Amino acid sequence: MAENPVVSLRNIAVDFGEEAVLQNLSLDILDKTFVTLLGPSGCGKTTTLRVIGGFLKPSMGKVYFDGQDITELPPYKRQVNTVFQKYALFPHLNVFENVAFGLRLKKLPEDEIRQSVLEMLELLGLKGFERRGSENLSGGQQQRVAIARALVNKPRVLLLDEPLGALDLKLRKEMQTELKRIQQALAITFVYVTHDQEEALTMSDTVVVMNQGEIQQIGTPEDIYNEPKNAFVADFIGESNLFDGRMPKDYLVEFAGTEWPCVDAGFTPNELVQVVVRPEDITVVPPIEGQVTGVVKSLVFKGVHWEMVVEQAGGEWLVQSTDASQPGDLIGMRLDPDEIHIMHRCEEASAHVQQE
Amino acid sequence: MYSRSKASASPYLIWMVLFTVLPLALVVYFAFTDQAGNPTLSNITALGGYAMVFVLSLALAAIATALCLVIAYPVSYLLSRLRAGQQGILLMLVMLPMWMNFLLRTYAWMSLLERNGLINRFLGLFGIGPFEMINTNGAIVLGMVYNFLPYMILPLYNAMLKIDKNVIEAAEDLGAGTLYKFSRVVLPLSKPGIRTGLIMVFVPSVSTFIISKMLGGGDTWLIGDLIEAQFLGNTYNYNLGSAMSLVLMVVVLLIMSVMGGFDSEDMEGVI
Repeated sequence: MAENPVVSLRNIAVDFGEEAVLQNLSLDILDKTFVTLLGPSGCGKTTTLRVIGGFLKPSMGKVYFDGQDITELPPYKRQVNTVFQKYALFPHLNVFENVAFGLRLKKLPEDEIRQSVLEMLELLGLKGFERRGSENLSGGQQQRVAIARALVNKPRVLLLDEPLGALDLKLRKEMQTELKRIQQALAITFVYVTHDQEEALTMSDTVVVMNQGEIQQIGTPEDIYNEPKNAFVADFIGESNLFDGRMPKDYLVEFAGTEWPCVDAGFTPNELVQVVVRPEDITVVPPIEGQVTGVVKSLVFKGVHWEMVVEQAGGEWLVQSTDASQPGDLIGMRLDPDEIHIMHRCEEASAHVQQE
Repeated sequence: MYSRSKASASPYLIWMVLFTVLPLALVVYFAFTDQAGNPTLSNITALGGYAMVFVLSLALAAIATALCLVIAYPVSYLLSRLRAGQQGILLMLVMLPMWMNFLLRTYAWMSLLERNGLINRFLGLFGIGPFEMINTNGAIVLGMVYNFLPYMILPLYNAMLKIDKNVIEAAEDLGAGTLYKFSRVVLPLSKPGIRTGLIMVFVPSVSTFIISKMLGGGDTWLIGDLIEAQFLGNTYNYNLGSAMSLVLMVVVLLIMSVMGGFDSEDMEGVI
């Protein structure tokens, strides 16, 4: 991974009328990395992508490409290409001409165009589809054409706006692997927008979690999942139990009516904190061995594991376990110290303010 | 199920036979008979004498249609790019004249274009003119363009509305500037609208008789006037009138099929 950012956003603000869509957003995208903008719909992730692509001029802030200010540059002069959410293939052109569109604009010699297009179609498993009308293709094939059409121009940065959203689960999984393979093979920077946290965690080098037009956290998938910076991230990435708690001293946290050893330190004594516990981290044990006990309220089979809602003094716990306990059973629950994630309460508070 | 849908189609079938097929058959019958009812080709051969009227009618209609296309295309494009609310209002403004009586609209142009009309009087204030505007072929073309422009705008607007905004953005994204974007994406995708608009303007233009009568001063005869005269005028020769109608119809159908042919050829080049 190179160290220099290929795209930099500095203090970007976008508003549609009264509504602020992006607020003071700054982001560096490193060269040749797979960066995902992740967040719920309306969080501003697509808007961020459109700002990079040049389809939307920010009301404030600057966009840099290789250190050059490109804020005022129209889309057709930028070295980025986009894969649109609904593919946006040219309906009047066949597959070959769709992919060749950008190259024809560059007025390359015909045989060079031909070679590049066929290579790209081959790379995306579309060999033999050249003469097909773009509307006689399945969703997955159209998606591949859209990607080929963008990639054939050898952009420095490829922007992808929820490109797999319209595909079925199995195809989506295949394409995720495929995209990652292509990104590595061509060594191009991918900026990928999705609301699917699993997709983000699977493919990315860096995940940017966004909410309410602001960046909540930037990190590797592992960081984002294991060390969420605030309640929003914890809640959005995977399932989680959130508890209000208190840090009496370093390496000890009190929540759900009891004290737990933990690995966190550096909080002021008795600081009010928020605690995240992942449902799959909870170990179900006989009541006598549990750090806390609770009564199973409901039980749902999820395939790989069972999912239980457990009523306990501190509230309801979402628990995932490979062993089923029947509703009404009293069970014990244990947590290893490193399975308890502690966040400052103020970040949680600010996350709530934004939602209002 | 099938026979049911057939039965429910029967009122339309009866309607079509009574008001479309039967009149057409009568036109064909009259065109090939003389006034005594004997079969003859003389009505058709007599049309040779009116060749210049046909040529003039087709030429004026073609010019008017071309002008409509040139005027309507940018208007429709801009319309389709506006916000939905604004589109409604502007579309209303385009449609509004259509709700006024055709004769009235054309009369209005008479009073504007006349030698003592509003335009000449206004120009007179500055010592310009007066110009001979009414009773010219130009006035006829103007009348056609004014009256039939909405028939060009509406289908074009419809076709452009259907062009996915993302497709245009995709063209920009791939490096297309304004001109390329237009010629390679917008124009080919609005082709169905262009074709419909051309037909919708050309057909009424080529067969109009009111516009030429009112704005052409009665000196310029178009096919429409000629046909009208055969049925309502002193000449009263509905056999000849039918022959004229028939030939005009054939010419229009030929032109339309040529335009349709162009299109499918274009598509072949692409696929």
